[in-house]
Amino acid sequence: MNLNGVRAIYTFEMNRTRRTLMQSVISPVLSTSLYFIVFGTAIGSRMGEIDGVSYGAFIIPGLLMLSLLSESISNASFGIFFPKFSGTIYEVLSAPVSPFEILAGYVGAAATKSLIIGTLILVTARLFVDYSIAHPVWMLAFLLLTALTFSLFGFIIGVWANDFQQLQVIPLMVITPLTFLGGAFYSINMLPEPWQTLTLFNPVVYLINGFRWAFYGVADVHMGVSLGMTLVFLLICIATVWWIFRTGYRIKP
Amino acid sequence: MQPIIQIQGVGKTYDSGFSALKSIDLEIRRGEIFALLGPNGAGKTTLISIICGIVNASAGRVLADGMDIVQDYRQARSLIGLVPQELTTDAFETVWDTVSFSRGLFGKPADPAYIEKVLRQLSLWDKRNAKMLALSGGMKRRVMIAKALSHEPSILFLDEPTAGVDVELRRDMWEMVRGLRENGVTVILTTHYIEEAEEMADRIGVINRGELILVEEKEMLMQQLGQKQLYLMLQTPLDALPASLGQYNLSLNDEGTQLTYTFDAHHETSGIAELLRSLSELGIDLKDLQSKQSSLEEIFVSLVHRPEESA
Repeated sequence: MNLNGVRAIYTFEMNRTRRTLMQSVISPVLSTSLYFIVFGTAIGSRMGEIDGVSYGAFIIPGLLMLSLLSESISNASFGIFFPKFSGTIYEVLSAPVSPFEILAGYVGAAATKSLIIGTLILVTARLFVDYSIAHPVWMLAFLLLTALTFSLFGFIIGVWANDFQQLQVIPLMVITPLTFLGGAFYSINMLPEPWQTLTLFNPVVYLINGFRWAFYGVADVHMGVSLGMTLVFLLICIATVWWIFRTGYRIKP
Repeated sequence: MQPIIQIQGVGKTYDSGFSALKSIDLEIRRGEIFALLGPNGAGKTTLISIICGIVNASAGRVLADGMDIVQDYRQARSLIGLVPQELTTDAFETVWDTVSFSRGLFGKPADPAYIEKVLRQLSLWDKRNAKMLALSGGMKRRVMIAKALSHEPSILFLDEPTAGVDVELRRDMWEMVRGLRENGVTVILTTHYIEEAEEMADRIGVINRGELILVEEKEMLMQQLGQKQLYLMLQTPLDALPASLGQYNLSLNDEGTQLTYTFDAHHETSGIAELLRSLSELGIDLKDLQSKQSSLEEIFVSLVHRPEESA
């Protein structure tokens, strides 16, 4: 195991985060806090409870998940896309590092950053909304699992993307709409049919509901199903990354 | 002694169907400086990229110090340092950080004293805290070399190391390469410059259209190929080459306005003085003159093309 190699990639990526602290950490925390102020404190105070949870508290898991997904994807995708774009990837490819070590460096750093942002959002949310965590260990498990899975997904997007537009298209055109329509701001039980059934095809529904269950012990979908779906997505990402390294897809001609 | 690099039947065909390399067999001797020459698109960079693990070979295998670069990639790659042709650097990193990153990436523990030594050798010590984007092209080239040397490789690939660098840096690099060889490092470089190959290489390989045309000791090649041209621009155009100049290797070009004299640069006498005297005796006045040494690339390309043209 080339631990020095893993450390080098991980440190390089975390240094990049430090250099761009305003954009990569403060900005997502600030924008999510605005949601808490607008939907939690201002509008939320005039809305009724959902499943016995105040509206301001109800939206916290969904908003946290929204940030976690988008940040994990953008951090990991940019982390591998930029060396590919600038040509510096030659060094990683020519170094004695295994695919697992490369992943541990890039995906590990992206997931770490997402977890830092997630923690900051949770702390900030407390300033505006009163919430509790019913199952803290499960909450942490979902947080870690989601950060890891979507950082892997971001790595795949970064390898796939040939330009900056492609790099943005999945997070903006797919992930954000799926999160907004995945019950971040409402219970899917509030939807009329057929939308309620159709929503179940949205994988983000399971992530948000698993997370919400960890917070309040209530969710639209059983926690076991949520966990199972997240693990399935993780396995799909691992299989895709394995295939990328085996074939050299878009990184090694 | 076992060669430090053994390239056995290595071929590369890209998905587009383009065949960049056709079954290359080559052995690099331990501790030598080997110059790989060839025109653009000949396959030099593809071959280096395969050896370094950046490109997958379609056929054949490569051994670095007896270790397969695919099966035993960890051991094989840790021996190799690469300075790529393009100045691809992380613009926002400092010189110190980027060189330290390279050392860690290759599995070596941090060693500030060694990094300092490398930076000092390459005249980069004063720039250690400068960001890459603030450096000139020549300085960036030095950093690329420092990165390649950061993990103390025993094999160093330099892909067009002196392309676009000034004379001072080129001399510095030659000095550095010689120093590396003295420390037992094997150096493989690609170049377009005859002076570079002449100055540094022990052996020269020529590659064209994905095929290794020849591999020869430098001294032998220089004798065969070290020709120079003297271009003599005439005041008055000539209809034909005067018969009395037949003893010289001359040709009349550009509608009779230019004489081209080809001579052996390594011969004791070039014959230029005699030629100028003969021209003067014939009353042929000169407007201008210049000499040019063909690059090895030009010479080899002409050698490669000749059989095809005559076929």
